[in-house]
Amino acid sequence: MSETAGGLSIRGLRVVFDGFVAVDGVDLDVAPGDLRFLIGPNGAGKTTLVDAVTGLVKATGSARFGGQELLGRDVHRIARLGVGRTFQTAALFEELTVLQNLDIAAGAGRSPWTMLRRRGAVPDDVAYALETIGLTERRDVLAGTLAHGQKQWLEIGMLLVQNARLLLLDEPVAGMSHEEREATGELLGKVAGERTVVVIEHDMDFLRRFAHTVTVLHAGRVLSEGTVAQVQSDPKVQEVYLGHAAGHDEPVAQGAET
Amino acid sequence: MNPLTNLSPRVRAWLGFGLGAVVLFAAAPALLTDFRLSLLAKYLCFAIVAVGIGLAWGRGGLLTLGQGVFFGLGGYAMAMHLKLADAGEGNMPDFMELYGQLDELPAWWAPFANPVFALAATVLLPMLVAFGLGSLVFRRRVRGAYFAILSQALAAAMVILLIGQQGTTGGTNGLTDIEGFFGYDLDDPVNQRMVYFIIAGVLLALLALTRQLMHSRYGELLVAVRDSEERVRFLGYNPANVKLVAYVVAAGMAGLAGALFVPAVGIISPALIGIVPSIEFVIGVAVGGRAALLGPVLGAVAVAWAKTALSERFPGTWTYLQGAMFVLVVAFLPGGLASLWGLLKRRREATPPAPEVGERVLVKEVAA
Repeated sequence: MSETAGGLSIRGLRVVFDGFVAVDGVDLDVAPGDLRFLIGPNGAGKTTLVDAVTGLVKATGSARFGGQELLGRDVHRIARLGVGRTFQTAALFEELTVLQNLDIAAGAGRSPWTMLRRRGAVPDDVAYALETIGLTERRDVLAGTLAHGQKQWLEIGMLLVQNARLLLLDEPVAGMSHEEREATGELLGKVAGERTVVVIEHDMDFLRRFAHTVTVLHAGRVLSEGTVAQVQSDPKVQEVYLGHAAGHDEPVAQGAET
Repeated sequence: MNPLTNLSPRVRAWLGFGLGAVVLFAAAPALLTDFRLSLLAKYLCFAIVAVGIGLAWGRGGLLTLGQGVFFGLGGYAMAMHLKLADAGEGNMPDFMELYGQLDELPAWWAPFANPVFALAATVLLPMLVAFGLGSLVFRRRVRGAYFAILSQALAAAMVILLIGQQGTTGGTNGLTDIEGFFGYDLDDPVNQRMVYFIIAGVLLALLALTRQLMHSRYGELLVAVRDSEERVRFLGYNPANVKLVAYVVAAGMAGLAGALFVPAVGIISPALIGIVPSIEFVIGVAVGGRAALLGPVLGAVAVAWAKTALSERFPGTWTYLQGAMFVLVVAFLPGGLASLWGLLKRRREATPPAPEVGERVLVKEVAA
C-alpha cells in the first residue's frame, strides 16, 4: 500500500433504496491531493455517494481509491484502506476526552498487547494533530463539552491520526461562526495536498474561498464539474442550483438531507 | 479539601484494594458469625458475576440478561467434579444410583473426575460458549434489546435442558449434598472459612484485572463502541471483536463465580441459574452503578443482603421491593449508588465533572 495520497475514481455508481434511485450512474474522478467540493440541491445524492464509498450503503458500479476497489468491502476494511469520513452531526465519543478520542482514532492497527495496556505518553501523531486542530489546551476535557466548531475540528483531527488519505467531510462548517469557517477552510487547505479531500457543502461563500475543484450533483447525476469559475458560469448549474443562490449564502440546511 | 483527592489515581487504587482486603480478610471474619460469613461468601460469588456484568454492560453496553448460563456452566462443572470425588473412584454419583436409570457413568461426565480438567472447564467452558454465541450475534449486528432477549432465552433454554436430562444432571434438584472440596470436609466451619477466603481473594484479583482492562486502551475503545459503534467502525475497527472480548471475559468471571458458589453453598440447581437469578444479577449491578468499578460489587452484595434480611422479616414482599428498587434507581439515579459520591462532590465543589468515563441514561438504552 503506498503512503502517498491516492486518487478517487468512481465509475457508474448507482444506489437504489426500495426502487428510489438516489445515485444514478455517477462517474467522478478526484485527483490525488485535490480539495474537491461536492454540491447540489437537497436530495441530489451527495451524502448517499459518500455513504456508498465508505461502505455504509450497498451500491453497484465501481469506486477505487489508490487502485483498490472499495465497493463490497466492510466499513472497517474500507477505513483501513485509508478512507475516513465525518458526518453532518458530529459523531464523537462524547464521554471520552479529546485525547482519548484521538488516541482511539490512531489505534486501529494496534496489537492486542498494546490495547491491554494503558496509554503512556501522548503518541507523536496525536500530539501533532492536537496542535493542528488547536485543541492541545483542551485535550483532557470531555469531547461532549466542546463547542460546536471544536467538535468538527476534533473530527478532522481524528481523520488525520487515523491516517486517512482520502477525507470525506459532510458539511464540516454547518452551524459555524464566520471565524470558525475561516479557520476550518485554512485547515482543509493545509490538509489537502498530501491527502485527498472531498467536502460536501451548502455554503457558497465557503466554497468560493477554499475549493480547488467543484462537482455539482443533481438528481443523482453529475451535472457539472470543473473549477469554481467554470462551474459558476455553467448555464445548467445556474438553472438548477446556483441560480437561486447567486451572490447569497444558501441557507444552511443542516440535517435536512439524507 | 479532602486529602484523598490529592493522591494519584494509582495510589488511591492501592489504598482502595488495601481497604477492601482489610474489610474482607480481617473485619468480616472477626465480626460475623460462621452463618453470616457463609452468607457473605455467597454474596461475594454474586459480586464476581457483577464485576463481569459491569464490564460488559456498564462499559460495553451489552445488556446481558443471561449470565446465569455461564454461572451455571461453571457451577455444574465444579459440582460434577465434587460429586465424583465424593462418590470415590469408579463409583457413580449418589443421585445416579438413586434414579437407577444408568448402568455406568455417562461419557461426558468422565473427564470431570480429573480436578485440573474440571477447574479449567469452570472458566473455559463458559468462555467458549460466550465466544461461539458472541461471534454469531455481534457480527450480525444484533444489539440492544434484541441481544438482551436473546441472552435471556439462552438462560431459559439451559434450564429446560438441565431439567429434561434428569438422569445425568439431577434435573430440578440439581447437584446437591456436596460434602468435600478437594479433600476438605465442607461441614467443618474451618474449611467453610477457607472457602470464604478463596472467594474473597478471587474477587479482589478479578477487580484488579477489571480495573486494568477499564483503564487500558481497550477499555477506552469499549466505551467508544458502547456510545457510537458506527463511528468506531469508520475508524477501522471491527466493533464485533471489541464486544466479544468483554462478553467472553464476563462469561469467564460468571463461570468462576458459579464454581466457587458450589463449595460455599453446597448445591447447584436450575433454579439458581435461570431467568430470575440472571435478572437479579443485573438488578444488583444497576443499583450499585454499572459503569463504576466497585458499583456492581456493592450493588450485588447490597441487593443479596437485602433479599436475605427482608425475606426473613417480610416473606412475600421482597419481589415487590426489589422491583421498586430497580425502577427507582433507573428513573432517578441511572448511575446507581456509585454515582451518589460524584453527585455530592460535584454539588459541593460546583465544578465541571471530572473526565471520568461516566454513565449514560439507562432508560435510553433499554428503550433503544
